[in-house]
Amino acid sequence: MRNRNAVGTWVGFALIMVWCLLPVAWIISLSFKSVEETGVGSPQFLPKDPTWQNYKDIIDNPDFTAALRNSFGIALISTLLSVIFATLAAYAIARLEFRGKRLVLSLALAIAMFPVVALVGPLFDLWRTLHLFNTWPGLIIPYMSFTLPLAIWTLSAFFREIPWEMEQAAQVDGATSWQAFRKVIVPLAAPGVFTAAILTFFFAWNEFVLAISLTSTTASRTVPAQLSFFVGPDPFNPPYGQLATASVLVTIPVIVIVLLFQRRIVAGLTSGAVKG
Amino acid sequence: MSAATATAAQPEVPRSTTGRQRRSDRSTAENRLGQKLVAPAVVVMLLVTAWPMLQALYLSLFRYRLTTPNDRAFIWFSNYWTILKDPLFWHDTFNTVVIMVVTVAVELVIGFAFAMVMHRVVFARGGIRTAILIPYGIITVVSAFSWQFAFSINNGFVNSWFGWLPWISADTNWFGSHWPAMFAIMVSEIWKTTPFMSLLLLAGLSQVSEDMVEAAKVDGATWWQRLWKVILPNMRAAIMVAVLFRGLDAFRIFDNIYVMTKGAQNTESSSFLTYRQVIEQLQLGLGSALSVLLFLTVLILAWLIVKLFRVDLAQARGEA
Repeated sequence: MRNRNAVGTWVGFALIMVWCLLPVAWIISLSFKSVEETGVGSPQFLPKDPTWQNYKDIIDNPDFTAALRNSFGIALISTLLSVIFATLAAYAIARLEFRGKRLVLSLALAIAMFPVVALVGPLFDLWRTLHLFNTWPGLIIPYMSFTLPLAIWTLSAFFREIPWEMEQAAQVDGATSWQAFRKVIVPLAAPGVFTAAILTFFFAWNEFVLAISLTSTTASRTVPAQLSFFVGPDPFNPPYGQLATASVLVTIPVIVIVLLFQRRIVAGLTSGAVKG
Repeated sequence: MSAATATAAQPEVPRSTTGRQRRSDRSTAENRLGQKLVAPAVVVMLLVTAWPMLQALYLSLFRYRLTTPNDRAFIWFSNYWTILKDPLFWHDTFNTVVIMVVTVAVELVIGFAFAMVMHRVVFARGGIRTAILIPYGIITVVSAFSWQFAFSINNGFVNSWFGWLPWISADTNWFGSHWPAMFAIMVSEIWKTTPFMSLLLLAGLSQVSEDMVEAAKVDGATWWQRLWKVILPNMRAAIMVAVLFRGLDAFRIFDNIYVMTKGAQNTESSSFLTYRQVIEQLQLGLGSALSVLLFLTVLILAWLIVKLFRVDLAQARGEA
């Protein structure tokens, strides 16, 4: 009985690993196939004659490097601003009694469920009037508003768990209130803030609808949008190898973050569900 | 997915009515500070949602195409009428509902199986958690490309790996007709979002008390009985949260379709139709009406699921 369970678990483990990693292995394999190989059709999984040519071509492609720069800049700035605003709001929600608290939480919930496409038209119109179309702030502002709900909810769930009495205890022991806050609360709150930042970054890195609708040139086009325009004039013959290479390159930051912080990401994603 | 954290936490929020009863100076100050701290977040959230939504409501009453701005005219609800009697709208809505129902159902089953395995695994916990987060973190566009190429008739491995199935051969063109293309789109969606589902279910699973499962085992319940009578009823809340947020998320499907078929073979979704009207055809009036309809549908859908969720939660509590 025990043995059968253990075998089942091993098989399940192997299946999960294949499920999660197969498409990743596939896109990596594809990135090493040459244009000649994909041109004549190459139905086998692994490249016949691995080459770095696609990587060289992609790194030399100014459109791609510009998109990469835009993606990093826009995602980092949105994350930073969103986390600052969300921390203030979540602190207030977790610690203070004030009118409109439930309203803020409901608003955040509604926005989290909002169909982004429904806003594209009016935003497109509004952004052209305000000269925000095809600029960094033009994407940063919507990314902030769409990541705020996630950040506020994650953070307020997290802040609620902090034993705030410790702050007073520190004050009794002679610390000023600022010292007490900085030395006691900030270190306790930091992991939660960090988790919210990672989830926010993932959202901004992944976002597609706004990125293709509110940008028109490499001045602000992010990687997901740039990738979708890579297809070229002939839809029947997309540049397989180069697209795969670009995909591998934009996936690297995600994998690095996941490898470093997997525990925190899981905690952030499920904290609410566990307590529900 | 953001809101998964959300609903679950909602019941914990203390009612803020107590402040109204004893209104001392301190509570007034607290009230003011609280409102000041949430203000920036609220302003940003409203700026990008409330204002454009009102704008959409207004624009939806006009005949307004950006290519012919002088033709703009107030036409009441004519846009809505045009949309509602257009078979394309209903066809796209049907596609969206099919994608939503199928992907969420499949994800629920596979996600639960994964959660059971992860719950059991004692070795390599970090490894499995890292692996499961990779599909979650990967850009949807990248996942869509990966699957599009996998199903590709010239360069994909699907046809050669699954050639032993009677309906698949070396020249099966997945993107050549409606249902195979829909299948490819759904595979891509399911691959990308199952991990999120399984993490939520794992969290629910870890709340089911081991003692109860053991007790059922001692009483001679089979594995199926333990699953259906003990484990599933006790994690109903987690299942509902997962279904709510994945369901609404799947209803907004756009990226996968845009990359894989661009809507060809009638694989367009409601979101895609809206996008195409507004951004490609610059039909601001008609597109705004579609936006409003899409928003209303999501609202109704959310209301329905939340309603269902509340009922079930009460039941789950009653049974416990």
